[in-house]
Amino acid sequence: MSVKSFNLVKIRDQFPILNKKINNHQLVYFDNAATTQKPKKVINAINEYYSEYNANIHRGIHTLAEKATIEYEKTRKSVSQFINSKSEKEIIFTRGTTEGINLIASSFVKNFLKKEDEIIISEMEHHSNIVPWQMICEENGIVLKTINVLENGEIDLDNFKELINDKTKFLSIVHTSNTLGTVNPIKQIIEICKKNNITTMVDGAQASAHSKINVQDLNCDFFVLSAHKMYGPTGVGIVYGKEEILEKMPPYMGGGEMIKEVNFLKTTYNELPYKFEAGTPNIGDVIGFNKALNFISDIGFDNISSYEKKLKDYASNSLNKIDGLKIIGNSKNKIGIFSFTLKKVHYYDLGLLLDSKGIAIRTGHHCTQPLMDKFNLEGTARVSLAIYNSKEEIDYFVEKIKKLIN
Amino acid sequence: MKTTDSIQKDIINNFKTLDDDFEMTLNYLIELGEGLDEFDDKDKLEINLVKGCQSKVWLNYKVKNDKLIFSGDSNTSITKGLLSLLIKVFSNQLPEDIIKTKLFFINKTGLCRFIGTQRSNGLESMENKFKIIALANKKSNE
Repeated sequence: MSVKSFNLVKIRDQFPILNKKINNHQLVYFDNAATTQKPKKVINAINEYYSEYNANIHRGIHTLAEKATIEYEKTRKSVSQFINSKSEKEIIFTRGTTEGINLIASSFVKNFLKKEDEIIISEMEHHSNIVPWQMICEENGIVLKTINVLENGEIDLDNFKELINDKTKFLSIVHTSNTLGTVNPIKQIIEICKKNNITTMVDGAQASAHSKINVQDLNCDFFVLSAHKMYGPTGVGIVYGKEEILEKMPPYMGGGEMIKEVNFLKTTYNELPYKFEAGTPNIGDVIGFNKALNFISDIGFDNISSYEKKLKDYASNSLNKIDGLKIIGNSKNKIGIFSFTLKKVHYYDLGLLLDSKGIAIRTGHHCTQPLMDKFNLEGTARVSLAIYNSKEEIDYFVEKIKKLIN
Repeated sequence: MKTTDSIQKDIINNFKTLDDDFEMTLNYLIELGEGLDEFDDKDKLEINLVKGCQSKVWLNYKVKNDKLIFSGDSNTSITKGLLSLLIKVFSNQLPEDIIKTKLFFINKTGLCRFIGTQRSNGLESMENKFKIIALANKKSNE
């Protein structure tokens, strides 16, 4: 595929799983907010690593170790370019967004916030951006506050400003909601934080495959993401942190790789980013992630944004025509994530009945129980779109729902 | 009166006709659920709720000639179908027979594969609720 051109057929052709039949029907994969499918080049890269140059990285001097180290570090460079960090030292590999948030909670917040300081999150956070803060707050006497979400699924900026006071030291907020699809005004929120000397962390798990992330432009202190929501493998995530902040932070875990020198009187730690990467990392999947970043960059965010917006608008119009269907989250700025309820069919039945037609959707609370409580719901059905989805798939899905409710 | 084992064998035979077809199985479960006797809304109490299910499931019972007669409901059609099968197995049985019953029809009908792991756990919660009721009634008989 040539750079900056967009050809859906060629894109779909890169995903072997999309040809699969599920329950005798062509797979329609609409659970992309949970995890995206993987293109051949990612699968092949992982296969190639294990078949051709499997070795532990950074420590070996032999040829295989050298090759594995080079490929592994290439991904760090690609991530750095992908999110426009100042330096590759600011890119730390983790197992995923959840581990990234826990790293920041344990290493930064625990050490740099004190009793009675305050952390702000929002009502639309995923459990992974709630529970680590609750744990750290409980342990250290820190106060956790939440920004209201408005009825249309947008963040209540006035409420956010009201929550800020002299004790507010840290904000952690989701860039794009996994349940509502809302894209938050992150830059504006960070600007407000900067004026108030609040350290900021952005949960970019849902955003990073759909819009260009520029951490220097955002001016956030931390940004976390997961490879598997970006057409990459599971078990790989990124913590971006500003170098001067990461330098001050103590290691998160002890072990091999993160040390400079070990003796029983005093151990000294390795330099950035290695002091946060204890133990043998997920080498094969990190290498695979590089190919996922290539896949996204080859299409280009201009093409991605333009196609995904068209698809989102098409899905929105189609869903809104279904009798008794209510979309939860109608923010003006949102991506193709649609949580909805149906008057006549429970979301659980809907999920199974659509599965029998080959359509994979998500049902339940989507790891956002406080948000469900807010909207007085036990759960919803959720359709989440990705670059390989088509209007035809949306038509098929809508047709099946209409048939079910009639 | 049929034993719980022979009722389970009947269920397995009925499911054989579906030939492992996912869609047909789901539709059959929905039909089974629709066939359940109406459950009085006033019995939709916290005490009758089955804990551990993703959807809401209520189970109630009465005692007739030392046997337990179950009634139930769910807010999802497919779960209601699964519940109807359990009611079919356990209803009109003595508490001690309910307690010693081993549910084998779930694996033999392949329902586990269709209902997914989360719902399997819910199924286990439903089975436990039947057996707890049976246990409570066995003790009161002694």
